[in-house]
Amino acid sequence: MAVVFEPTKGLLDVPTHYCPGCTHGIIHRLVAESLEELGVIDKTIGVAPVGCSVLAYNYFACDMHEAAHGRAPAVATGIKRSLPDSVVFTYQGDGDLAAIGTAEIVHAAARGEKITTIFVNNCIYGMTGGQMAPTTLPGQVTETSPYGRDVKLQGHPIRVSEMLSTLDGAVYVERVSVDSVANVLKAKKAIKKAFELQIEGKGFTFVEVLSICPTNWGLSPRESIKWLQDNMIPYYPLGVKKDITQQEVK
Amino acid sequence: MAHQDIIFAGFGGQGILSMGKFLAYAGMEENLNVSWLPSYGPEMRGGTANCSVIVSDDNIGSPIVYDATTVVVMNRPSLDKFEHSVVKGGLLIIDSDLVNREAERTDIDVIKIPAQKVAEEVGSKKIANMVLLGALVEKTKIVKMESLLKALKEHGKEQFYEMNKKALEKGAEYARK
Amino acid sequence: MAEKVLMKGNEAIGEAAIQAGCQCFFGYPITPQTEVAAYMSRRMPKIGRVFLQAESEVAAINMVYGAAGSGVRVMTSSSSPGVSLKQEGISYIAGAELPCVIINIVRGGPGLGGIQPAQSDYFQATKGGGHGDYRLVVYAPSSVQEMVDLIQDAFDVADIYRNPVMVMGDGMLGQMMEPVEFKEREAKQLPSKADWAATGLHGRKEHHVINSLFLQPEELEKHNEKLQKKYAEIEKNEVKYEMYNCDGDLDIVLVSYGTVSRICKNVIKMLAKEGLKVGLIRPITLWPFPKKAFEEVVDRTKYGFLSVELSCGQMVEDIELSVKGRKPVNFFGRSGGMVPSPTEIANKVKEIAGGAR
Ligand SMILES: Cc1ncc(C[n+]2csc(CCOP(=O)(O)OP(=O)(O)O)c2C)c(N)n1
Ligand code: SF4
Repeated sequence: MAVVFEPTKGLLDVPTHYCPGCTHGIIHRLVAESLEELGVIDKTIGVAPVGCSVLAYNYFACDMHEAAHGRAPAVATGIKRSLPDSVVFTYQGDGDLAAIGTAEIVHAAARGEKITTIFVNNCIYGMTGGQMAPTTLPGQVTETSPYGRDVKLQGHPIRVSEMLSTLDGAVYVERVSVDSVANVLKAKKAIKKAFELQIEGKGFTFVEVLSICPTNWGLSPRESIKWLQDNMIPYYPLGVKKDITQQEVK
Repeated sequence: MAHQDIIFAGFGGQGILSMGKFLAYAGMEENLNVSWLPSYGPEMRGGTANCSVIVSDDNIGSPIVYDATTVVVMNRPSLDKFEHSVVKGGLLIIDSDLVNREAERTDIDVIKIPAQKVAEEVGSKKIANMVLLGALVEKTKIVKMESLLKALKEHGKEQFYEMNKKALEKGAEYARK
Repeated sequence: MAEKVLMKGNEAIGEAAIQAGCQCFFGYPITPQTEVAAYMSRRMPKIGRVFLQAESEVAAINMVYGAAGSGVRVMTSSSSPGVSLKQEGISYIAGAELPCVIINIVRGGPGLGGIQPAQSDYFQATKGGGHGDYRLVVYAPSSVQEMVDLIQDAFDVADIYRNPVMVMGDGMLGQMMEPVEFKEREAKQLPSKADWAATGLHGRKEHHVINSLFLQPEELEKHNEKLQKKYAEIEKNEVKYEMYNCDGDLDIVLVSYGTVSRICKNVIKMLAKEGLKVGLIRPITLWPFPKKAFEEVVDRTKYGFLSVELSCGQMVEDIELSVKGRKPVNFFGRSGGMVPSPTEIANKVKEIAGGAR
């Protein structure tokens, strides 16, 4: 993948701790560039999750909060209600958002909380060393599904974007991916749009980003991209799930 | 009295933790007391890895090694970090293919082995750890080589046994030099 | 004699529970105990038992509540932040008098803290982290072998008293490997669960209710009095501790538990060479606290006691309540995942004993 990066004011010039090839870094950049282009870095407050991106508070140049595992949307709610003119986002992994933090994200969306959530779905718990996530695909082997995820015993993966798009408080929900240059550009557009709608005061906005975890998938970065394309995209179809600014979206 | 407090240190993926494990198994083979304590956490991701191993005919107190009778290092940061943990008269084993400086200490035994090269000759760079372990066992005599081989046979991968055995022997030669 | 195997603490926890007849395990990943869940996910399905990764620690402990109320042996495992989330459930389990085993492989706090070994959950474990007048039996093993043995005891004690039991180790104990032996244990005569477990009537006349709600104050008070009676029994019968090097006249007695107590034993040997006579009281049950151990040495200990912890003095109060002002109680600890070296502890001992001799 040939993506050339200009430095962005949205990120601090520090080395990150992410594994080689991990796409968390790209996603950070897309968020940071969007904030910079919208000229809102100064009034943005981000909320970091518990997961591999726990140290995101060291990387984003805006003010940051660190939340307990899964609670970022509640923390963001507290921030936005205190400082209604600010731009508030959460950045969360699939364990953080779709397992332990399910209640918080569902209710933030249902309340139409004027925040933006960036949801990084890599089908696994990265930080703790590769356990099953709520988004782990059927049959996928992880540290806690050593015989492959058996949906009869361990349940089915959650399509979070589709689920949240049923809630009236959510105004914009899109699933994107960072597996190719074209998709990275689309992801950027989606993230920027989500922030724009937040700034316009429309309601809750949500962008799910399909991401890779070479380390815990046990694949090279290149193989991981292919695995994402072959396995994740068919299960988690890309596209806009809801957009109140467009009348009809399937 | 048989007693060794050992630190193995290097990068993740070099077999640092398994080196320690095989030695612990070999110690058990001889009815010695053993403990093995790894570093853990996100720094393990391609970063540094180390473990403390104690082999003793006495009861083992703390499993953490502060003052090591032997230190094995497989990269420069580990040498910088642990050179001063070796007790006076102790042993420092260095993979000289990966560490680009000399040891500073003069009050300890230092064995330098081009372990990457030696391992490659034997079959694969991946078993450089075994070369170093061979030297450790030969020099300290903390366990018999047969016990270590038995541990490898029982707990290692079958298909690597012969290669590992050769690597251990090569390492032992360096210790005899 | 069973064979000794070299095993990581966290995996030994899983195997010990399996051998103790644990039917269900509910957990959620967290460093440094994640290997417990990984081990259970491999083993439990193979022997027809239940492993389930819950969506959170809150869910996991409530799954435990459900399984315990159904009368099966059940365990959950976590580390500090996760155990904080379990507190509501633990209070309900204690209130409903259900037996279960809870593992806490402690890491540094407060908040997200760190992931390195600590003992800073002492208050939470021994003083009741949840609401209400309840107690947990808390075991603090100092080796992988002792952890295995205590987990097996924990299931029995939980069943005997119908009470949750916690086994608490620091991160080191979960991560280290030591030889362990899974001993053949005599089957204990345990009270039947048939007169309280909610298993479906199956012809039984009276229905069973698993509950901790008592809206009438008189009834809740009666319930609390019953619990207190049970806790008094536990204090009488279940105290465990080790006294090390405590014969004769002593300069100082160290008090420490878990892995730190092993460092203290090294310190005692070091100081003996310098002519200082130092003993060690090692609580194995943190609750009930081994008060009587202090009676045995208090009059023979010249400079008093030194609590050595991976926390900021949380055990000191319990020691003071045992020593009752008869001798000074000092404290030395490191926190945040830092582990003291024997030399540091020895220096503190020498300082108390009036400088190096
Ligand atoms: C209450 C609590 N439970 C568990 C943990 C341990 N923990 C840290 S990160 C994490 C999961 C992270 O996975 P995910 O959200 O998918 O993000 P990723 O690391 O894959 O980016 C867990 C379970 C914790 N810190 N706090
Ligand atoms: S563990 Fe996975 S998600 Fe975490 S930084 Fe590494 S590659 Fe990325």
